[in-house]
Amino acid sequence: MTINARDGYVDIVKDKVENFHGNQLVYVCWDDHLIFSAAQAFPLPPEMPFGALISEVMTPVFNLHPDFAKIDWPAVEWTVDGEKFSPDMEASLKDNGVDHKSLIRFKTPGLMGINGTRY
Amino acid sequence: MSNKKNTAFIIVQDNEDARPIIEAIEQDNDGVIVQYQPGMVRMERAGSLIVKRETVEELIGREWDIQEMHLVLISIAGNVDEDDDKFELSWN
Amino acid sequence: MAAKRLNLRKRYELLTRGMGWETTYQKMDDVFPYDTFEGIKITDWDKWEDPFRLTMDSYWKFQAEKEKKLYAIIDSFAQNNGQTNLSDASYLSAIKLFLTGVTPLEYGAHQGFAHLGRHFRGEGARVACQMQAIDELRHAQTQIHTISHYNKHFNGLHDPFYQFDRVWYLSVPKSFIEDAQSAGPFEFITSISFAFEYVLTNLLFVPFMSGAAYNGDMATTTFGFSAQSDESRHMTLGLEIIKFMLEQHEDNLPIIQGWIDKHFWRAYRLLALVSAMQDYMLTNSPMSWKEAWEVYFVENGGALFEDLGRYGLKMPKYHELATAESEHLSHQVWSVFCLLGNATGFHAFLPTEEKMDWLSEKYPDTFDKYYRPRFEYWAKQKAEGTFEYIKGLPQLCQVCQIPMIFTEVESDPMQLSFRDTKHNGDRYHFCSDGCKDIFENEPEKYTQAWLPVHQIFQGNCGGPTLEEVLEWYKFAPEDVSDYIGSQDHQRWQEWKGKDKDTPAKTEANG
Ligand SMILES: [Fe+2]
Ligand SMILES: [Fe+2]
Ligand SMILES: [Zn+2]
Repeated sequence: MTINARDGYVDIVKDKVENFHGNQLVYVCWDDHLIFSAAQAFPLPPEMPFGALISEVMTPVFNLHPDFAKIDWPAVEWTVDGEKFSPDMEASLKDNGVDHKSLIRFKTPGLMGINGTRY
Repeated sequence: MSNKKNTAFIIVQDNEDARPIIEAIEQDNDGVIVQYQPGMVRMERAGSLIVKRETVEELIGREWDIQEMHLVLISIAGNVDEDDDKFELSWN
Repeated sequence: MAAKRLNLRKRYELLTRGMGWETTYQKMDDVFPYDTFEGIKITDWDKWEDPFRLTMDSYWKFQAEKEKKLYAIIDSFAQNNGQTNLSDASYLSAIKLFLTGVTPLEYGAHQGFAHLGRHFRGEGARVACQMQAIDELRHAQTQIHTISHYNKHFNGLHDPFYQFDRVWYLSVPKSFIEDAQSAGPFEFITSISFAFEYVLTNLLFVPFMSGAAYNGDMATTTFGFSAQSDESRHMTLGLEIIKFMLEQHEDNLPIIQGWIDKHFWRAYRLLALVSAMQDYMLTNSPMSWKEAWEVYFVENGGALFEDLGRYGLKMPKYHELATAESEHLSHQVWSVFCLLGNATGFHAFLPTEEKMDWLSEKYPDTFDKYYRPRFEYWAKQKAEGTFEYIKGLPQLCQVCQIPMIFTEVESDPMQLSFRDTKHNGDRYHFCSDGCKDIFENEPEKYTQAWLPVHQIFQGNCGGPTLEEVLEWYKFAPEDVSDYIGSQDHQRWQEWKGKDKDTPAKTEANG
């Protein structure tokens, strides 16, 4: 459907990738760890290696949770935009299929939040 | 889940000006439920509720304009029918 | 002898009929350019009638009376240092959120109704909208005026309108009112007068203002109930305009149903903030959000839509989900504020033991199971001095602009709810099917959304660090973070003659 407006509508896309100064937006959600309340948003260069996403971007935010130190990284189950995938840690976000406003979710088997509350 | 279907209600401030209105509503509406909550009084009844000018006038001993109700009204539910003699709320 | 006063019906008729005319120098459509493009067909504007039949002269008389009463109470409140009679100074967080989040909405409603008061073709409808425009301006003014007394004693009340245009959680009410204001006049009035004022406003004003009374805040109770006395009239206008549009032409029904679905969901999402005020920010709550939802939406909304069923109108889409969410909403919202409390212009605080017991009682199926553990966990961390705020910024819903914190309450309450769609090659994310539908119906509108988190990343909010953003928000360091240890808290302890080091009631957990 399209909008019903008297004088037409100006086509503005506020969050075009060009508006982020070379970065793209990436959202990351740690399933079964609701302490973070929502997926976390990050502006990141598309060329950033996936390994750096974990070590430089995710770690300082997600290490708030005591489970973070216990993660067995090779066992982590990843999805990007709803599709299962196994990230190549050396390859860039872009080459891993992560583009502007992609949602990455990860599950950490065996880790179910504080006292198993999924929190 | 509530199974109350067609509750009409009127909520007024819990103050002196509202007291005769509350009393009039109690007199003129069989089965009305009156709940006192902090700062306010809620009156509800299935189907309809009425405020009659005459009853309020008898209670306060002076002429009373039905629209004086606006001074103490907090909320209502129901279709409004107002004239010089009454203020009525009802669901069809 | 004086002539007998005309009756109400006659007086109203004289005020609102025959005052307009068919224009001759200009086309009517040029004089009233906004009331046709939405597709609402009106064949006879004279069929529109205000059931209150309030005439201008009585309007001024009663409004003047209301103002006199209100200002007398405000004066005596100030003279008697009413602020010292509050249940607790942490209660003021609710008032801070109210002043920054709700008062600007009143002003937006004023602007919108002033526009309608000029642009509806029917005189009766114009007069009603003009009165409401004045009412809404009065609401904004009396709220600012009343709360200015607290501004003398407490932090965080200094720049509500400036902050409304910038702050992350205030973009929720801002985007709501601007959505309505940027629509045509019939959609605006359906949104504000019907979906918001008739269907949902009781949830904001009635239990919350009663809650103010319950917490010793005479000033807020008084302006709140004074505004509500106008609200009864606004609600009635909302119901009448819906019935009027539906009676005018059968083609209007699907348009109106679509607007009701949309604006119910928009307004309901906005009220998520109110649910947290109700259950957590009020020191003593007279009624839980869930109870209020039951009385004022399930019961009252049920009666309303049963009545409107004769026109073919149905309950708003996703109302069942809203009811299911009433078990979770306030807990989820307050959790976010607690963990992002270093970036809120009011003080967040953990619920006391007493409060948690009350929540367990009010939410027997959800509070202990899903939410108590987190509050106890933070309380323990605060006691040990290890508590930390979240360092990241949350993903926001493209439509309601709330952080995407809502969960699949009907199937798995610990699973976040994610929805997305693509439009012109770009991906958009939503908290719910309700918000996703709204986007898909009018994508051109919501691709323009000013999402605070994205704006920070685009470099439009003062700088990349939290300190810079807070400065840009005009949040002073003393405005943010935990209530315990804040200047507000210290001042309160001094007034109450308590040693700063003795734990207050609210300190029990932290
Ligand atoms: Fe208002
Ligand atoms: Fe209003
Ligand atoms: Zn949403």
